[in-house]
Amino acid sequence: MNISRRHFLILLPAAAAAWDCVLAGTPEAAPNYTLTKHWWGMLVDISKCIGCGNCVRACATENGVPDGYFRTWVERYHVSDYDLPNPTVDSPDGGKNGFPPILGAGGKNFFVPKMCNHCADSPCTQVCPVGATFITPDGVVVVDKKYCIGCRYCIQACPYGCRFLNPKTQTAEKCTLCYHRITKGLTTACCEACPTGARQLADLKNPNDPIHAFLRTHSVQVLKPYMATGAKLFYNDLDGSVR
Amino acid sequence: MNRFKDAEHLLRVALVFAVGILAFVIVRAVLVPRSFGEYGHYRGNSIAEIAAQPVVFAGHQACEDCHSDIVALKNKGKHVGVNCEACHGALAKHTEDPGSPQPPKLDTAILCVRCHQVNGARPKSFPQVVAEEHSSGLPCETCHQPHDPLNDAGAKP
Amino acid sequence: MPVQGYMYPDEVELAWSILVVLYPFITGLVAGAFILASLERVFRVEAVKPTYRLALLTALAFLIVAPLPLQLHLGHPERSFEMYLTPHRSSAMAMFGFVYLWYLMAVLVLEIWLDFRRDIVLLSQRTKGLKRFIYRVLTLGSTNISENALRIDERIGYIITVIGIPSAFLLHGYVGFIFGSVKANPWWSSPLMPVVFIFSAMVSGIAVVLLIYMFSSWYRKQKIDMRCVDAIARYLFYTFLIDFSLEMLDLVHRIYEADESFRSLDFMVHTRLYLSQVVIQIYIGTLAPIALLALTQLLKLGQKTRKRIYAVAGSLTLVGIFAMRWNVVIGGQLFSKSFLGYTTYKMGFAAKEGMLSAILLTLLPFAILWVLVKLLPPWPGSEPVVTGGPAPALGDD
Repeated sequence: MNISRRHFLILLPAAAAAWDCVLAGTPEAAPNYTLTKHWWGMLVDISKCIGCGNCVRACATENGVPDGYFRTWVERYHVSDYDLPNPTVDSPDGGKNGFPPILGAGGKNFFVPKMCNHCADSPCTQVCPVGATFITPDGVVVVDKKYCIGCRYCIQACPYGCRFLNPKTQTAEKCTLCYHRITKGLTTACCEACPTGARQLADLKNPNDPIHAFLRTHSVQVLKPYMATGAKLFYNDLDGSVR
Repeated sequence: MNRFKDAEHLLRVALVFAVGILAFVIVRAVLVPRSFGEYGHYRGNSIAEIAAQPVVFAGHQACEDCHSDIVALKNKGKHVGVNCEACHGALAKHTEDPGSPQPPKLDTAILCVRCHQVNGARPKSFPQVVAEEHSSGLPCETCHQPHDPLNDAGAKP
Repeated sequence: MPVQGYMYPDEVELAWSILVVLYPFITGLVAGAFILASLERVFRVEAVKPTYRLALLTALAFLIVAPLPLQLHLGHPERSFEMYLTPHRSSAMAMFGFVYLWYLMAVLVLEIWLDFRRDIVLLSQRTKGLKRFIYRVLTLGSTNISENALRIDERIGYIITVIGIPSAFLLHGYVGFIFGSVKANPWWSSPLMPVVFIFSAMVSGIAVVLLIYMFSSWYRKQKIDMRCVDAIARYLFYTFLIDFSLEMLDLVHRIYEADESFRSLDFMVHTRLYLSQVVIQIYIGTLAPIALLALTQLLKLGQKTRKRIYAVAGSLTLVGIFAMRWNVVIGGQLFSKSFLGYTTYKMGFAAKEGMLSAILLTLLPFAILWVLVKLLPPWPGSEPVVTGGPAPALGDD
């Protein structure tokens, strides 16, 4: 088939849009959303993260996250040579406004975005005394803020430190994988705002999701694998020094 | 009979306990939320409640409906992967009523620098400059068209 | 400096405050006081009989206060009943409501009622006004205090105490499990945690009954039964040795294995936690009372000296066990789960979860105990006597 350059220029954005639909997992909005057809996760590519903090700001805007608390944040690592157990880490205001430049620091430096890992075997939902935090049938760990009693046990039980008590609602809170967006075919606020594609939403049950090809062709890690949490936040290019 | 008389007070205690337990069972049946246990040990209705949270970022597809020319321009250049709201901020309200609010004019002095200022922790392949030296104080859009940054300098966005 | 090194941003503020320190301290006193009472009832240690009833009332006073620090701490205390409606069976915390209710009603209240029933009936016949009404309600309408009835009470009471011992272990042991089962926190995660909690509970409970008995005897100008306090001090000493050995086992094990968390925790114990852990808990709160009690076991000391040593040792013990709870709860939150940094605990004074609330909640059980001993005098020799003549002074001090 002969595709002229003009046709190609029209097809390309359409293809990009369709690709995004595939990435989002569903073609249209909520009415067609079936819980059991999805199993959500996320891919973070360390080699692409530039530490701009767009994700942290976008999350706060989308979800009304109070100042000083973080549903997602970015860490900057400095590893000098082979001393992996002792990196220097900073995260000024969670990386919300980027990071001060470090010119000529030497060693190895990189950014690590962090958020809830939406663990399949999450220790946080295990300890909730009343059933206010749970994993949805489509794999997202959320908090029912009308039922949460604010005991903070889940905050203690999370190995990744991603939960906090919202001072206004007095309930536990954390990243919801923008559940209100992904069930409508949109991507998460942080993925939307990421300029380099370092963050990508992944629907592990969708056979067309690019995550599957990525997992087959790259070395990926999860944080604290020895905790056996079944974390669904996959990192590409994660250094051994990352805590 | 005699033994019963001597143990009668125990029956009174047992009765108090029985009444208490019965009251507990009844109150519980009334107070447990209806949708609890529908999918698991939680209120089934909370899933829909969480999903009903209002959307603040419109998502780049929404922009394409009206601004297809900008999108086409962007798709030609290096910023193809940068979504509209990554720079322009959350604009779901704008898609609902394009007249107001008007999306604010962006300040490139802050915006571009946030990503492109040199930083040792950024991937080496990522374009980064020392902004003050690179532009000698001129605003970025003097030479870079934000939607297609490596194209002709000074072209209107 | 509030944060040293790196903390995950959401870890900087402590989630569990002094109120969460207070709760295990209080339930520990309950469990320990009850175990002391059970020494007489089940294990027939006659010597401690003078403190039997006092220990039960002490346990009750503290148990009534126990849920209060938790309620004050919750973000939504008005929803706390949800633990009764939909307890999450995988959560150790979910069993709180039921274990508490079981221990309160089916063990403590029932045992106290059965043991005091005779007094209650007699007092309901001899008092007037409000007191009379209260006693009449407490009789539940039954005035049978014949020998047979009392023998049945004795029998049932014995069974309840036997059930009460594992119940007391459960009441406080599950708190230890709440901490010990958190794999995310290496300062807490340990199978030893419930055991350490139980033994330190027994130590604190025995010490508090010892102190209350000595104080109330002094206050009422009654002679202290030395055979009794000597026996209590002996049990305190033995239990303390076991408790100390368990804590040392944990420490030695940590130092030896030196896992990923060790350097961070070690640094914390030597700096931010030094005062509360090494100085207050270990030196002042454990080694000092053990040494003092050892003196009374090894040397033949006069009555006055022994009483003074018991009072000091008992007080230091309570300080030490409170410090232990503090070091577990607060210490477990001072270091980052990244093992790269530390934060500070900012305890307010007049805040909802501040020091003032903690002080008031610590004093409240004593106020409640004061009311209880007025209502149900536990002192030996103050039981109302069934005679034809005028009733003797009925423990109304």
